Amino acid sequence: MMLAVAFGQLALVHYLLLSGVLFTVGLVGFLCRRNLIVMFLCTELMFQAAGIAFVAAGRYYFDFSGQVFVIFILTVAAAEAALALALVVLLYRRRPSLNAEDWRDLRE
Amino acid sequence: MILTSCFNSMIMAAVGDGLPETLPVKMDEVRVATEHWWAGFILYMPLISLALCGLCAAMKVKSKLPAWITTGSLLTSFIFSLLLYFDYSGTPELIPILSWINLDWEGGSFAANFTFYIDSLSLLWVMFVTGLGTLIAFYASEYMETDLGKGYTRFFSGVSVFLFAMVALVLGDNLLMLYLGWEGVGFASYWLIGYYYQRPAAVAAAKKAFIMNRIGDLGLALAIYLIWATFGTIQYDELMTVVADGSWKAGYEGWAIDLIPWFLMLAAFGKSAQIPLYVWLPDAMEGPTPVSALIHAATMVTAGIYLVARTYEFFLLAPESLHVLAWIGGLTALLAATIGMAQYDIKRIMAYSTVSQLGYMFLGLGVLSTYGAAYHVFTHAFFKAALFLTCGTIMHGFAGQLDLRKLSGLLKIPGWRITSIAMLIGCLCLAGFPFTSGYFSKDAILAEAFITQGPGFEALGWIAVFTAFLTAYYTFRVWFRVCLGKVEYEPGDDDHGGDDHGDDHGHGHGHGEGFHPHAPRFAMNFVMAAIAIGALVAAVPYFMPNHADEKLAGGWVADMVHDSTARGGLPGLDRHGVPLSEFDAHHADGHHDDHGHAHHTLFGMDAHTAMYVISGVVGSLGIILAAWLHLFRREDADRLRAALMSRWWIAWLPRAMEHKWYVDEFYLALIRTPLWISSHVMYAFDRYIIDGVLVDGIARIPRMIAKWFQPLHNGILHSYAVTMAGGVALIVLLMILFLQFWNVGGAG
Repeated sequence: MMLAVAFGQLALVHYLLLSGVLFTVGLVGFLCRRNLIVMFLCTELMFQAAGIAFVAAGRYYFDFSGQVFVIFILTVAAAEAALALALVVLLYRRRPSLNAEDWRDLRE
Repeated sequence: MILTSCFNSMIMAAVGDGLPETLPVKMDEVRVATEHWWAGFILYMPLISLALCGLCAAMKVKSKLPAWITTGSLLTSFIFSLLLYFDYSGTPELIPILSWINLDWEGGSFAANFTFYIDSLSLLWVMFVTGLGTLIAFYASEYMETDLGKGYTRFFSGVSVFLFAMVALVLGDNLLMLYLGWEGVGFASYWLIGYYYQRPAAVAAAKKAFIMNRIGDLGLALAIYLIWATFGTIQYDELMTVVADGSWKAGYEGWAIDLIPWFLMLAAFGKSAQIPLYVWLPDAMEGPTPVSALIHAATMVTAGIYLVARTYEFFLLAPESLHVLAWIGGLTALLAATIGMAQYDIKRIMAYSTVSQLGYMFLGLGVLSTYGAAYHVFTHAFFKAALFLTCGTIMHGFAGQLDLRKLSGLLKIPGWRITSIAMLIGCLCLAGFPFTSGYFSKDAILAEAFITQGPGFEALGWIAVFTAFLTAYYTFRVWFRVCLGKVEYEPGDDDHGGDDHGDDHGHGHGHGEGFHPHAPRFAMNFVMAAIAIGALVAAVPYFMPNHADEKLAGGWVADMVHDSTARGGLPGLDRHGVPLSEFDAHHADGHHDDHGHAHHTLFGMDAHTAMYVISGVVGSLGIILAAWLHLFRREDADRLRAALMSRWWIAWLPRAMEHKWYVDEFYLALIRTPLWISSHVMYAFDRYIIDGVLVDGIARIPRMIAKWFQPLHNGILHSYAVTMAGGVALIVLLMILFLQFWNVGGAG
């Protein structure tokens, strides 16, 4: 039974597990890496983890709201990616470094 | 619009029943004279001049152009006033200029338009206002030349504003337009007193004048509200009709009538510098001298007299207000004269004499001598303008020197003859020397004070006579000191009293040797001579025949009030403007009017004749005393002062006079100090209770809370991320635990 669950047909829990793993990878990456671009990519990972959870739950409950949410998330992520990369470029022009630690002086 | 010139119903009220409904007196009609539309230019010209002066300022004109613009515009105004006078038929006219406010509703209406009300009173005022304005603007073109390119344009703009407001005040046909002009002249006065705005004294004087005038303005505003509420209109012609036919009495409650004259008096006392609001006028001498001559001697300060003359019917409705008017006027005359005696600054002496003469005018109004008051306004405008302009010339020529102890023998210095003689003429008129204009106009008031019956009016008359003596003394104290005697002078320590001047004149203005006074040139000499001659000629109208009514004494001058609101105080008419003879014919049984005119004698002579003798003698005595103390034996004056000062029982008198009776100090202690203290108490309350406890105290609470979390905000991105992730994890954990617990509970 467990095996069937594990290796047989895909169930909701697989998708949620994938989503949880992806989110954790993203979170750990965000906390451990110092490179701004990598940190940004990690936030994208966390985004997509949430997206997978949404789609899976939507499919499971036969509710299309999950997919609608994902469309929104993708749109926002695209816009935010452009913005964040532009910010990274601007920061790099000011100080030729991508290390997040170098920007501590931005605090109040 | 029918204007009943007699106030029938008022006589009904005053005398009682048994009168016929109508009295056989001349009925004046107010006619609408649209053919005199060009009279509007009297008002427009100063406004055009202001606009052009503004243009000059914008284009940074450095020439005398603004002076010529102003002089030319005012001359045009004056010519239009003259045309209007010669075209005036003797019937009051309304000339519509612009429509402004016209409201109508059920049970009432309110109308206030730019319409001129032309009667002899407004004509008299507008003629001397625009005429003197022209001359003084011409004088100022030379006087102010040291300010060319600096304040020159500003000065002439101020003069234009003043003339515009003054013309609106005098010619308007309703109280609102009068109020507009009233505020306008107050503002122009503030503008021009503070002309030397770098000098703290001038700024303080400007503020003082403005604040004192505001107190009066409050009275005027309240009076206008009450008049409208009681009579339902603020237009002069309708007011006179309503007051005359008594229709206002329907639904009248019975206190407004007694209050209106008091508010009007407050307004007049503020503008015309009477007790208790007179203290601003002497300080207003901080302004340039042409301004003192035009605004603070000849024209603006007579606006109070005009107001009372214009609203005289309200004073007649509450006669006790006339007694107060007379007493305040008489006491102000005396007080100001005693202060003027003890001052050394000649311009200040002239300022106090202005206050004193304005007191005479109010005395005249109070004792029902409206024509005397109007005539004194007229003659005073000339001789006081002449005196101020000569003072200004001296100030101009002697680098701001105004101390009469440091000037002497002006007549003998070449180039100063016209100044000295113009000053002599002004002094003679002011002193009431026989057969000068001031002599006749002052007599018209003094004699009436003895003729008219009122509370203590005879004592008041003697006070006024004594004041005339003092006036003659202090006037000639100035002239004998400054113009006669040994040629001796010291220059003043500043130039023109503040405007920097020396650069464009070759000579240095240091003390002692090397100083040469610069004599007036054409414009100043011409204007001084013209105004001095005007002051002499102003005696003639008293003897010109009047074509209004042969029964009126006082010639042309009486003519100039006979068809106006102020006719209530003409001799030969009773106090409601009804000719006495006609009245007596119809009421042979006797008419007892406590304040009417009885034929009165003084020392067995007709009161007017007696007064000619008395005031002539008194004036001459004053001049002789001044000649003794200040011309022939000047050392006696110092000895007299020392003698007075060394005796304790009399020393307070000269000391108090020199210190202006400590009135400023009294106001300081009574009004300014309490205000200062209360303002500081309130400041402390605001600073420490409101700001300190309430505002800052409340703000401190979130600040303290924020202090606990401050360390989290360290600028390290990862620590934020960890905090956030930890927080989220914590929340999720709590939620899971809670859900489990809830599920268990739900299952249970």
